[in-house]
Amino acid sequence: MTPFKPVLLEAVGVPDGHSLASYRARGGYAPLEKLLREKQPTDVVEMVKSSGLRGRGGAGFSTGLKWTFLPKDHPGPIYLCVNADESEPGTFNNRLLMEDDPHQVLEGTIISSFATRATTAYIYLRYEYPHSWNRLQAAIDECYAAGLLGKNVLGSTFSLDIYLHRGAAAYICGEETGLIESLEGKRAWPRIKPPFPAIEGVFHKPTVVNNIETMACVAQISRRGVDWFKSIGVPADPNNPRDPGSYGPKLYCLSGHVEKPGCYEAPLGITLRELVDHFGGGVWKGRKAKAAIPGGISMGLFTEAEFDTPLDFAGPGRVGCLGLGTAAVVVIDETVSIIDFLHNSCRFFAHESCGQCTPCREGTSWSLRMLERIRAGKGRLKDLDLLLELGNTMGMMPGSTICGLADGAAWPIKNAINKFRGEFEDTIKRTNPEGWMVTDPVPALQIVGAH
Amino acid sequence: MPVVIVDGQEIEIGADERLNCIEAARRAGKEIPHYCWHPGLSVVASCRMCLIETGQRDATTGKVSMVPKLVPGCQTPVKDGTVIVTESKKVKESRARVEEALLIDHPIDCPICDKAGECLLQDYHFEHGQSERRADIQPFTSRKRDVGPTISLFVDRCIMCTRCVRFTREVSGTGELMVTSRGAKEEIDVFPGFPLDNKLAGNVVDLCPVGALGDKDFLYRQRVWFLKREANVCGGCAAGCSIWTEQNQDTVYRLKPRENPHVNTWWICDEGRYGWHHLHDDSRILSAGHRAAAGGASHGHAATAFQPAEWADVVTGLRADLEQAGRLAIAVSPMLTVEEAWMLCGVARSIDADAFLALGYVPVTGDDETFPGGFTIRSEKCPNRKGVEEVLATFGAGGKTWNDLIAHVSAGHADAAWITAGYPQPWIDEAAAAAFAGLPCFVVQDLFDSPLMAHATWRLPAAGFAERTGTWVNFAHHAQSFRQAIRPPAGVWPEGRLYWNMLGRRGLYDPAAVRKQVAESSAAFAALGGEMPPTGVDLRVRQLA
Repeated sequence: MTPFKPVLLEAVGVPDGHSLASYRARGGYAPLEKLLREKQPTDVVEMVKSSGLRGRGGAGFSTGLKWTFLPKDHPGPIYLCVNADESEPGTFNNRLLMEDDPHQVLEGTIISSFATRATTAYIYLRYEYPHSWNRLQAAIDECYAAGLLGKNVLGSTFSLDIYLHRGAAAYICGEETGLIESLEGKRAWPRIKPPFPAIEGVFHKPTVVNNIETMACVAQISRRGVDWFKSIGVPADPNNPRDPGSYGPKLYCLSGHVEKPGCYEAPLGITLRELVDHFGGGVWKGRKAKAAIPGGISMGLFTEAEFDTPLDFAGPGRVGCLGLGTAAVVVIDETVSIIDFLHNSCRFFAHESCGQCTPCREGTSWSLRMLERIRAGKGRLKDLDLLLELGNTMGMMPGSTICGLADGAAWPIKNAINKFRGEFEDTIKRTNPEGWMVTDPVPALQIVGAH
Repeated sequence: MPVVIVDGQEIEIGADERLNCIEAARRAGKEIPHYCWHPGLSVVASCRMCLIETGQRDATTGKVSMVPKLVPGCQTPVKDGTVIVTESKKVKESRARVEEALLIDHPIDCPICDKAGECLLQDYHFEHGQSERRADIQPFTSRKRDVGPTISLFVDRCIMCTRCVRFTREVSGTGELMVTSRGAKEEIDVFPGFPLDNKLAGNVVDLCPVGALGDKDFLYRQRVWFLKREANVCGGCAAGCSIWTEQNQDTVYRLKPRENPHVNTWWICDEGRYGWHHLHDDSRILSAGHRAAAGGASHGHAATAFQPAEWADVVTGLRADLEQAGRLAIAVSPMLTVEEAWMLCGVARSIDADAFLALGYVPVTGDDETFPGGFTIRSEKCPNRKGVEEVLATFGAGGKTWNDLIAHVSAGHADAAWITAGYPQPWIDEAAAAAFAGLPCFVVQDLFDSPLMAHATWRLPAAGFAERTGTWVNFAHHAQSFRQAIRPPAGVWPEGRLYWNMLGRRGLYDPAAVRKQVAESSAAFAALGGEMPPTGVDLRVRQLA
């Protein structure tokens, strides 16, 4: 593969790289100054739209297009929310950006606010990131002192306040409308859509929710230009009119059973095998890989044979995964039981389901209990069909839930059972030799009283 | 007119009606099952029971394009050309799965659950669920805790529809209830020290689609399938909320709000809800009685006890007594129905053509109390002041009040007085009652003993609100007719029956016939002439028309 010099991560390893002085020395905030002087907000929207930047938070929706959904000529206020509630298991790229180069994030946020005509931006930070909190807050203070935030940014007519909001640690706060509810001080129950946040978001005002890494990309597009951005990554598939392409650099979080776990920057479209071998130093302890999570646990599973799939926005979908997600790769070696893996996944989602929609609330808990049963040596083959049915019917895609958390909970179940059914069946037969074949209905319930 | 297609059946809806799929389907006679949606609360679309298939029919080509995934009927508005499919395989399977999911952690303790028989979980499971349980889970706890002085929460029966939570936030505005924890461990709860004790709290029990919220006033008193219900009107205040009186063998067990968009929408207050206990109070006056006046004009108390009087003797004896006494003064209670008030005035004028007619005592407590959701508890604690005032006006006695009557009697202008009361609460003190001391003929018609009784020569029992048939007119001129829900206790004649007989009318007391007469006698009551819809009529609207 061709060598790639990190851009988003250029501050990593630079002494004092998180400071305003260091960021300015690297060319930071100059694009913002130029932009404020020469451009209109619509120009910036057009720039981001033409760069083909797709949201880095997980869904991969076009950032520029999202901005155009805001109502035209709205009297305001319009809000920008930066989603730093990075809770997808395996993901830590936002953390790196916030800790090592907070000004890159802030410049992107200021530019995005200018583009969307937002005069208030909220950064919703997950509770578990105290270091990010300190670095970001220090950077915001620096910006206010340097006139980069507050009234009349850099002497222009544009004013912006950024508030750092620390969440209380719940996975569902990463869902954009859950985040909005939480920001408003309510229980993070995702909202029903429509209205979408662009029409009615925080405090019933038009709102854009973007990821931290998306903000960093906006800063780099402003500095290096659309052409630079489009020169990286995977162009749109000419045979698929609905594919907008996967452009730009991406931060891949590599963890699990590899020799060198870490966050690596690479052009979109690197294959999972390249990532593991080139950056990760191969599977650890000389073992073979069994499977890998392509982009956070909710995206499903790659088998070892699927490792050559490119990690761009379209790649994982071609092998039955939900998508690229957060591009957090977790490698699982051959010694791991796929049942244990799925149990862990189900436990996570049963714990994190917000409990609003019946299919997800009960489905995640039921699937966990089925996995517990299988692990306890009481599994039956019919449990697998039941798990699959749960997986296939739970989520926003079949329409049975409000938000996508349920899809994320369903995908590991579907992928694990479809791709590793043999292992499930063997384990069930081995651990439950007496009862694996039972298909009888569940016996009648014993009734217990309240009194 | 916009056309909506429900399961192939075309129905028209109003041009500016904003309906969701559940409401539109109902117009076509199709019930889309739902738990979390309630017309009086915000839409959360979280129970997912109302998932249906929808589509849009192209106006020009007539071609229908369907939405590929299921959508919640509660959250999906209909417009011209909306296609609703409520009975496809996909929809049925989805409902069965939601039912299955809800029952995973539900204790299924129906035999000991008060909601059994009127439980949506039961009904929907019977209709839409699957017969076989696939979840091999035997949970089960059935924890119970009090969330307020009147309400118990059976924690594990809850299906998390959050209707109760939304009610306390949106209608009562008090926000006591909340959801704690996450996922399948979620529970409804209150914050320590802030119990669910607002004046509308009882409504959360009606809202609860399952047996999670129990009203302690009703809990374990009666199985719901033994109850019979009659459409009634609450007599607790001038709002005149539409209610169901639910009874078994002439014992009331509970009151429930009856939906009426003109009056109370879906709610009633706790004061009204629990305001039926006086009907079965042991201290009620249960028989008519008569005694001689004590000491003529002197202010000595009536020493002799009441002699029980047969009703047939009351009808004749009372009239004779009043005629003999001379000048008559009558208080027409705002607890009486329009029909009763009209007949009472008729009786009075047939005895003394110049009888002094006045509105009876009007109990008032505090101020009107309006809640954020728009519901108002009226300070005037009687149901029919407006109706009685109109009746008095038709008899040329408009504007006369209780105080006028006391002044009239105190001034010695009356030789006989007849006070109708029927208030569930104590209402008169010794000082006010003294005005009637020494009258040679003094009739008191009331539910309970009061200082007035000491001066009475005739003691007549009154009927409670659920024991009457007739019409009440609320504070906003809205008239509602209702029928007797329970028979009065043995020995008690409802007022109307006595007046009917005193007027010499034949046969059984027929309130509907009286109502028609009232309507003919006065333009103000013209609207009462026709069939009365269950939600009542506005007297002023018909007058204008």
